[in-house]
Order: sequence, then structure tokens, then C-alpha cells
Amino acid sequence: MAKRQRGHSLPGPEDIFRTALSNGIVLLARANFNSLSVSVSGYLPAGSIFESDDKLGLADFVSSCLMRGTRTRSFDSIYNELESVGASLGFDSNVHNVNFGGRSLVEDFPLLLTLLSEALRTPTFPKKEMETLRAHMLTSLLLREQNTSDMAALAFDRILFEGHPYSRPTDGYIQTVRSITREDMFEFHSRHFGPKGMVVAVVGAVEPQKAAEMLEKALGGWQVPGQAPPPAMPNPKPIRTTVRRHHSMPDKFQSDLVMGTLGPSRKDPEYFAASLGNSILGQFGMMGRIGDAVREKSGLAYYASSSLNSGAGPGSWEVSAGVNPANLDKAIELIQKELRRFVKNGVTAEELAENQANYVGRLPLSLESNGGVAGALLNIERFDLGLDYYQRYEEIVRKVTRADILETARKYIEPERLVVSTAGP
Amino acid sequence: MEEKITQVKLKNGMKVLLKEAHTAPIISSWLWYRVGSRDEPTGKTGISHWTEHMLFKGTKKFPAKILDKAISRDGGRWNAATSRDATHYYETMPADKFDLALRLEADRMKNSAFDAKDVASERTVIISEREGSENEPLFQLTEAVQQTAFRVHPYHHEVIGDKADLLAITRDDLYEHYRRYYVPNNAVLSVAGDFKTRAMLARIRELFEPIPKGPNPPRLTRPEPEQKGEMRFTVEGSGETVFIQAAYRCPNAVHPDFFPLQIFDSILGGTSGLSIKTSRLYRALVDKNYAIEVSGWAEPTIDPYLYRITLIKHPKRAVEEVIAAMDAEIKKLQDLPPPEDELKRAVKQARAVFVYGSENITSQAFWMGYAEMFASCKWYLTYLDNLAKVTPQDVQRVARQYFQPSSRVIGVYQPKGSEA
Repeated sequence: MAKRQRGHSLPGPEDIFRTALSNGIVLLARANFNSLSVSVSGYLPAGSIFESDDKLGLADFVSSCLMRGTRTRSFDSIYNELESVGASLGFDSNVHNVNFGGRSLVEDFPLLLTLLSEALRTPTFPKKEMETLRAHMLTSLLLREQNTSDMAALAFDRILFEGHPYSRPTDGYIQTVRSITREDMFEFHSRHFGPKGMVVAVVGAVEPQKAAEMLEKALGGWQVPGQAPPPAMPNPKPIRTTVRRHHSMPDKFQSDLVMGTLGPSRKDPEYFAASLGNSILGQFGMMGRIGDAVREKSGLAYYASSSLNSGAGPGSWEVSAGVNPANLDKAIELIQKELRRFVKNGVTAEELAENQANYVGRLPLSLESNGGVAGALLNIERFDLGLDYYQRYEEIVRKVTRADILETARKYIEPERLVVSTAGP
Repeated sequence: MEEKITQVKLKNGMKVLLKEAHTAPIISSWLWYRVGSRDEPTGKTGISHWTEHMLFKGTKKFPAKILDKAISRDGGRWNAATSRDATHYYETMPADKFDLALRLEADRMKNSAFDAKDVASERTVIISEREGSENEPLFQLTEAVQQTAFRVHPYHHEVIGDKADLLAITRDDLYEHYRRYYVPNNAVLSVAGDFKTRAMLARIRELFEPIPKGPNPPRLTRPEPEQKGEMRFTVEGSGETVFIQAAYRCPNAVHPDFFPLQIFDSILGGTSGLSIKTSRLYRALVDKNYAIEVSGWAEPTIDPYLYRITLIKHPKRAVEEVIAAMDAEIKKLQDLPPPEDELKRAVKQARAVFVYGSENITSQAFWMGYAEMFASCKWYLTYLDNLAKVTPQDVQRVARQYFQPSSRVIGVYQPKGSEA
């Protein structure tokens, strides 16, 4: 067994199989016979971007209801078949897409594809199941209102992306979720679910050609002539001055803070400079410079880090931390100080080198499981990275210079113009 | 199960478990110490977890910043955690950079500095960790259930510790705890991944064998007396959501009833690691709108611990109605043995979870060592076989024996100002 797969090579054109089904669904597949399981994951463009303001949460509701009953199977029989063989399949949604993921032992892979196809094509949104799910969603929203980090993040997005679809929570609000009807669900499904823009990755103990035949059989016949294209996205408004908001939650013991600004999209040329810069700022090791200043040196927080959220549209570049309410202002000042230093002096040659090494070194770790490889294949397709992307990855990472990072940091981060959102006592 | 694991005891008493897995150019190592929150007397709660934090503060050879950067620079992942029975430190690294992990762990087994300044700043970090948890209703409820279920046994406090102790523990307390428990004869090293066993073992000997053996640290054992009747209580807090947690006393991991209880858990609450929508509790409570969510949870431990059922109450139901519906499901398993099919299914589910785990080198190294902390590596290797031996009558018997209201604790998280 060891010999056959000993190659240890990163996924590339020679072992990633890419094809389109007869209806245009794109399949990426890679074989791995080291374990007897198969992972399938994918997405289709039916996210919350298609929702109206008064029905926020609709895409989320639809995606979580897909497995609750189809024309051929009840909720109970779907899960009975899946769980009896230790398989899993699930759907969720974000702004742009409905995503799915599942895995099974290889002998049960045909079942997984059948259920995937049924859930996508013929969901029935049974009334009873809808109400069970609605109660679940409403409870989650009540819990969200009690969660300091959720509330800080919610207000952060609302202010940063004002007037942009990214300002809206994909799980909606209590009143919008209450207002969603069964007709809304059917209408959303019939307009936005279809093969156009759908991508599937299959990784595991199945030959790619065989996976393609099986997928063609399961989903190749799906046609939806009127499938609506995604709406155009406006540009977010720039931040003119620092905006600070506090959401008061008097019964809590700790405050959460999210502060930051806009960031690049995944396809922007400066993405890698921003990503490496962010790693130095608030990720590397025990959460980079920010973790060092706020947690290690001052003992102010249990967690403090920065993140760069870059997807199909404009991204955000944000710092978050959980701190004692008495230390909130001090933590914000320390973070601002780090941001000023970051845009003034950039990063050192040593910092850049060690972060580049980290990016290159950790790649095999992220590609260890079938699920990890499937996610990597979907990334290739979503962001046009090319089948040789993971083999070129080291070169891309090593090409980033200190000057690139400094320029990118200055382009996006203005320490005196930030959105600062906090929640807590 | 076909698992080739090499087990060796070093001259200083440290146990080493090695498993070659050449599926990816990665090695994962886990160093386990037999010390956890159950070894902490009153006044010192949280000291094991705090000690674990201090091991990231550096040694002379690997000062904190260098330590952290050295692992991260090579693309490694590392972390540590403290549980009730054990403390572990792990690194998963590219195979060609792995030596660093061994050098680092051998060094910090005996040379961690415990600088007073670091102790002071870590005190506030840990208090902040505790305050973050206190924000969560479920943490408050779980902690209260635990301290109600265990009055005498040191399982009574949460791993994070009580705030009074977190304010009082000194640098010397921490250092003494470290010196007492961090000795090779109290440690197990489990390594899996892309290496040759003979070379790996030689390197481990070279680095760890010079560390002198210490006195075998005693483990704190104060058996919990038998519970005399059901205990119920309420935790009040903010929000609008009611949580219910029922805890039943269960035997430890090496008890013969542990495996029937695993099958019982699978049938009642669902198999951990999979979706649970066809478990009996989900069907009876969530499908029927008694609960928004339900989960069952058992944990393998050294001493008898708890099987917990946690529920989020449906807003339209009363607490008593929900508990009655849960009781009715348990009673079905007490009245009638489950059909063979349900047992077979539970075993197949467990098999699938094992196969998924084998995709991942980190999880393979984890399981070997983890099982040593409450049983032995053999416990893990024979897990599936032992599950397959369970009969429907076994399941009925354990349902009757361990799931009586008179030996349970029920806690309810009740939002202030709302009605039960």
C-alpha cells in the first residue's frame, strides 16, 4: 500500500482529472486508494446574494431543508440510509453559494450521489420539517443575540459593508426568518438551483473516470433553462473616519472586539502579499504580532488575532480579540499601535522568510485528508488558479517581497480609519 | 484491525508507541503526561492547565519566541490540551523537519523556565479564558452539573479551575506541580507517520533516555460515594433559551460495561462523528418538537464518570414535558432489548468513523496515546471487536443498571425572568 501512493506529490495536472458533464457541471477528481473512503464536495451559485432584505435567511433555510424530504424519500428515510452505513451529507450556504459535502465508505458512494442528486433536484420542503427547522433557526438567532463575538462581528459587517450584500447576515433576523413561506422556498429553489455554475470535487478510493460516469448518471440529466445569473455587486464604500460601536450586554463577563477595514478579493493580484502580511500581523505562531502584543506581552486576552477574508467579492481585513471589559480600550489602543507600525515599517526580512516557509511547509498538512484535497480542488476552480496551482504554490509564495507587503498594507489599512465594533458588559 | 504498532519502554520508564504510515510526508507526535484536573486538590484547581500554558513560555535552549517560530517556520502545527485525566502536547510536521518536535519536547520536559513575569501575564490570560467560557450558558450549566455530580471525587471541578484558585496559585506552586508530574516515567510518547521505526526509535532514545526518572507521581483518588436519589437544580442567567442537561453515572473505560454503553449511546444519542438524525432521542425529541437540539456524550475516563444528555428545550414545551419524553425513550431500551439491526448499524458506523480517521496521521497518533491515558493502546486496537461482541441483552441490561433517575443529576439553565 505504501509503495503505490508513495509519490507524496502535490495535486497537479497529471493527477487531477477535470471534466464537464453534459449539462455543464464541472467535476474535479483525484484518486486516493490509501483508505477505503470517498469524499464529495461542491457548490452552486444559490447563496444569500439572491435574497431580498425582507426574506434574509431564505437561502440558508432552503439549503438546510434540502435533505428534509424529496419526491422519492422522506427525511427519515434519507437519514436512515445515510447513517446506517456511517455516511454523511450536508448542505449550507454563504453569500454566493450553496455548499455541500459528504463522505462514505467506497461501497456506499453510489448512495451518496443518489441522495445528492435528489436533494438538489427534487426537494419537497415538507411543512412539518420546515417548522422544525424554523424553530431551530430562531433559537440559533436568539443564541446569537447572547453571544458577544457574534454580536460584535454582526455590527462590524453591517458598518464596513454598508449598502453591500456583505453587510447582511446570511442567517437573517428573527422577523425575516419568521416571514419565510413554503412558496418562498419553492420559488427560490426553482429560480436559483441548477447545473449552471455548479462544481463538484470527488476524492478518494474511486478512479476519476469512474467518478465522472457515476456523476453523469446522477446529475448529468439536470436541466434548468431559466436559472438566474448572480446579480452584479456594488463596490463597498470606503471608510472615511474611524467608527466605533458598542453593543451592550450587561450580563456577560467578557467583551469581544472586531476591528478592521476592507481587504482584497481572492482574485486581486496583491492577494498573496496581503495574506502573508496578515500572517505576520496576526496569525503566525501564537497569532503573530497582535497575539504577541495583546496576549503574550500584556496578558490582556485569551485570544487575539487578525484575519483576511478574501473571497469572490471585496474582502475584509480584521482583528478580533476577547478581553476583560476593563481592558477593552487598552486592547484597542495596542492593536491600533500594531497597525500603525505595520503600515509605517512593513515587515522584516526575517518575518517574511519565516512566514513564507510556514506557507510552503504547511501545505501537505492541509492536503492530508480526502476532504482537504477536495476543498483544494474546489478552490482551483472557484478562483481560476489553474490545475498546477499547488505545484506552483511555493514559487508564488516566495515571489512576494517586503515592498509588496508594505504597498498592500498601505493600500488597505489606514489605522485612523477603522471600523471598531465591540460587544459585552 | 490491522495495525502495526511498536511499543517500547525506555530505560527511564517512558513509554513509546510508534506507527509507520506512509500516506503523506508528515509525522505527528503526541507527548502525554498522566496528570489532569483530577489530580488537583482544592485550592489548586486549574494548576494542570496553567502548567500546560507555561510550557509554551520557553526554555534556555528554546526561548518562547524561538520555540514558537521554529515550529511554525517549518509549517508545523502544534498545540496542547489538558483534560480531566491527562495533559498532552502535539506537533504535526513535514516529515523532513520532524526532528525539531522531538528536541523541543525532550527539552521542555525538564527545562521549562516558569519565569515569574510569564506566570503573572499568563494568570490574566487564563482568567480571560475562563471569563470567555462564562459568557456561554452551556458552560455554566455543564460546570454546575459536574460539581453537583462530584462532591468528593476531584472530577468535581472544570479543567480551567476556579477563579479563586486562579487568583491565588503562585509561581512556586506551578513549578512544583511541573517537577512532580513531568518526569519520563509519567509520560507516553505516541508517534505516527512517514518514518522508519528503527531510526525513529534510536533518535527518541538518544533524546529522551538521558532525562532521569523521578519518583512515580501519585494520583489523587477520592472515590465518589453512592448517590442517594435524584438531584435537580437550576442555573439562572441571561438570554431566552432553556438548556437541560441530564447526567448519569457510568463506569470507567476498562469496565466490561463500557462497550455495551457505547452501543447504547449510539442507539440512543447517535454515533459521535456522524450525523445523529435517526438516533432514538432525535426522533423522539427533535422530530416531535420537544427539543431544538439533543446530544448524548460519554467520555472514556480512568474513574467512573458521566453520560450526559444535553437538550435545548423547544420554546413551546415545559421542562417537565421534555424530561418525560426523554425518560420514555430510555425506558423503551430498558423494557425491550434493541433489535439486532440497530446493533449492526452501530458497529458499521463505528467502523466508518475509524476508516475516516485513518486518512489522517494526526488522528492516528492521537488515538494510540489517548487510549493509554485511561486504558491501553490495546483498548483502541480492540475497540471495534469489542463493540461487535455486544448483544441486545447487554444493552438492555446497562440501560436498566445505569439509567435510573435515582442516580442522575439534572440541571436546567433558566433565563432570568422567563417561566419554566
